[in-house]
Amino acid sequence: MRQIGVLALQGDVDEHLAALTRAGVRGVAVKTQRQLDAVDALIIPGGESTTVMKLLRRFSLEQPIKDRVTSGMPIWGTCMGLIVIARDVADLDQPCLGLLDVTVRRNAFGRQNESATVDLPIAALGEPVFPAVFIRAPWIERIGPGVELLAERNGHGVMVRQGSVLGTSFHPELTQDDRVHRYFLHLLEKPGS
Amino acid sequence: MEQKGTLTVKRGLASMLKGGVIMDVVTPEQAVIAQEAGAVAVMALERIPADIRAMGGVARMSSLELVQGIMDAVTIPVMAKCRIGHFAEAQALQALGVDFIDESEVLTPADDKYHVDKHPYTTPFVCGARDLGEALRRIAEGAAMIRSKGEAGSGNIVEAVRHMRTINDMIRELHVMPKEERVARARDLGAPLELVNEVAENGKLPVVLFCAGGVSTPADAALMMQLGAEGIFVGSGIFKSKNPKAFAKAIVDATTHFTDATVIVEASKSLGLSEAMEGLDIRQLSEAQMLSTRGN
Repeated sequence: MRQIGVLALQGDVDEHLAALTRAGVRGVAVKTQRQLDAVDALIIPGGESTTVMKLLRRFSLEQPIKDRVTSGMPIWGTCMGLIVIARDVADLDQPCLGLLDVTVRRNAFGRQNESATVDLPIAALGEPVFPAVFIRAPWIERIGPGVELLAERNGHGVMVRQGSVLGTSFHPELTQDDRVHRYFLHLLEKPGS
Repeated sequence: MEQKGTLTVKRGLASMLKGGVIMDVVTPEQAVIAQEAGAVAVMALERIPADIRAMGGVARMSSLELVQGIMDAVTIPVMAKCRIGHFAEAQALQALGVDFIDESEVLTPADDKYHVDKHPYTTPFVCGARDLGEALRRIAEGAAMIRSKGEAGSGNIVEAVRHMRTINDMIRELHVMPKEERVARARDLGAPLELVNEVAENGKLPVVLFCAGGVSTPADAALMMQLGAEGIFVGSGIFKSKNPKAFAKAIVDATTHFTDATVIVEASKSLGLSEAMEGLDIRQLSEAQMLSTRGN
């Protein structure tokens, strides 16, 4: 049975594991390279990007993740995860993994008082609209060639895909709607398409 | 449609902090040190609990100028404390735009009977608890996150252990209890039956549970995580230690890999011979000196 890893250095790991179980696959927490080696795809959850980038380096997971994704492992970043997999961060000298050719702006929708649940139309998921939860969320400011824009909020990119690399500014794992999780699992079946 | 300040987004921010360390800071410079060490958030305040304890007198909400300066200095979430029941301080903190409000027993309570009604706020609240009844009363009032109280500024982990064990023991008991006993238990806990049912069914609180009050070493952090904390607040433990940068990083590492003793060894070794903050024997504190008994 396929195993989907959830990077568990910090953040809302349990929520993703629960969503994976609902979607009918086995989710496993990933904190070490050995655990990374055993998974078929990786989700980087919500959390604090400055914290997780430091921990990825301190515990030597940065290069192994880059290598796995380069050799075809699907990866999905939600909110913090999107920032971690991006090419770079606007106006901040913050390191990223550079796996998704986009520039993100951190906390672009505002601080916590601006955090919101938004009915978001996402054509790739069909009807009904998706209950997208944005928490101190980033938006996608620049999109590289080969990156497909899947959803926008107020004219700003909030969901993109580049081959089997997926990024969302919002948190599908905080809802009971598993369509984005199923969409990601679909990328395992037809990588790069 | 867009909805702000919902339970989902308030509890959601707490979920994003899980597995992380939230550090007390009193200057923008300390906030930057905390962020560099890997803190997931900072608590902005004028004095850390050990100094509040030493100074005595009335401890109030911090200078908003100072809180703003800390908000401007870092990109991670910034929390700030209001006094128990002081809803005007809470309103001011929300208007300032902090990311989380801690209605805290570390400050001198403004109301000896009631806590703030936290539901109408867009800004989420975290509150302390010593047992399950206290935790559920705070959640009923609208708290989006709970921290076990421990004894702030003591450098002594014993109260944090007592409170974390008590909360989790009471949750486990509820989880296996026959259904017909729940109404009586809700009465004894002084908590709404609806929340008691939810905890009984899920075997966990409906909000994130962190630990606070006494963590001063990497091993303390690992202990609390293994006892069921979902993350750690460190108040005086970092900036009252002899090497704040090293302590901050070591406590973050130990919190991340709390079940891996080799990481605890490395984190502890990285401190060299630097000493942790000085600790207090809780048994030597008078009832009036205990902060954790404030608010119930």
